[in-house]
Amino acid sequence: MLKNYDDLSPVAIDCLREIGNIGSGSAASSLSEMLGKPIEMKVPNVCVLEYQQIIDTMGGPEKVITGILVRLQGDIKGMMMFLLEDSFAQVVLSTFMNAENVQVTKLGEMELSVITEMGNIMAGSYLRALSTLTGLTIDMDIPSMTVDMLGAIMSVPIIEFSQVGDKVLFIDDGFAIDGVAIKSNIILIPEMESLETLMRKLGVL
Amino acid sequence: MMANLTIGISDLKACKAPDVLVTYALGSCVGICLLDSIAGVGGMSHIMLPDSTQATNGSATPMRFADTAIPMLINEMAKLGASRSRLKAKIAGGAVMFATTSDRFNIGERNIAAVKSALRTEGIPIIAEDTGLNYGRTVFFYPETGIMEVRAAAKGNKQF
Repeated sequence: MLKNYDDLSPVAIDCLREIGNIGSGSAASSLSEMLGKPIEMKVPNVCVLEYQQIIDTMGGPEKVITGILVRLQGDIKGMMMFLLEDSFAQVVLSTFMNAENVQVTKLGEMELSVITEMGNIMAGSYLRALSTLTGLTIDMDIPSMTVDMLGAIMSVPIIEFSQVGDKVLFIDDGFAIDGVAIKSNIILIPEMESLETLMRKLGVL
Repeated sequence: MMANLTIGISDLKACKAPDVLVTYALGSCVGICLLDSIAGVGGMSHIMLPDSTQATNGSATPMRFADTAIPMLINEMAKLGASRSRLKAKIAGGAVMFATTSDRFNIGERNIAAVKSALRTEGIPIIAEDTGLNYGRTVFFYPETGIMEVRAAAKGNKQF
């Protein structure tokens, strides 16, 4: 039985990587549709990392980012989190609201809900891809978002999944819209039982 | 020479003034600052969860939980000459980072309650707190002056 992410075999990790690729591609193309702009995608870098490594990679605990939290229900229970740098909010808000020089810590209700909705659509499309690939049912709660210090945002999954270990699936997604590079990171944390279901379904356990 | 000592998640440290204690980006976690101002000994703990007795993962460090970290911090401070009867506490953190209806844990509030209860058990009064609400906090603690400085992304700095 799987107890934590350290128990995953290299083949299983490759498999998670592939899931990350497919999900990210799907999320990026739905974002492209919403914005009505072409997106250039890079191949995402998918790895299993410790939380602390994620925080260090992304710029340290005090770096201010946009976090969108999505809880998963159904065959796959757990959490998915989008960690978006300022450039994401900037592109989304300039497209939909003609807003320039956006300051992410000073967004109004309207701006926040536009960004949350983007996260909602991207998460939905990500999970649909995963669901189609595996034949598993994955439902999601309404996402919630906040703009705050990376370390404080990451404390949420760290605490909730502290029994599972200190490693998670980290997807480093780079894409460009209108020539503007956008960094978006996704962490995916299925509960251990769900991870086992997923691995069985994919035939790697 | 003054040193800045960083306390990570599930970590604690004691020091003598004028060294400074800092923990970055508390979310639902709670930072506990203790001071014996006569001895000039300060301590800081960054707890993640309320209760060690509910942990199923037996290998977890006692510094992770409110009920076990606080007695451990007091011991570390005693080694530097602090007296338990003189200790006073300032605490910060315990936020609810995401406003979800399905927050089955509400861990921020439970952490705050557990920290208060552990301090009460030890007979240590809480003389200042900046807890709850919905934002992250970085905490600096200066044992020299007893000041706890809280920095937040959108709220600026506040001193307690």
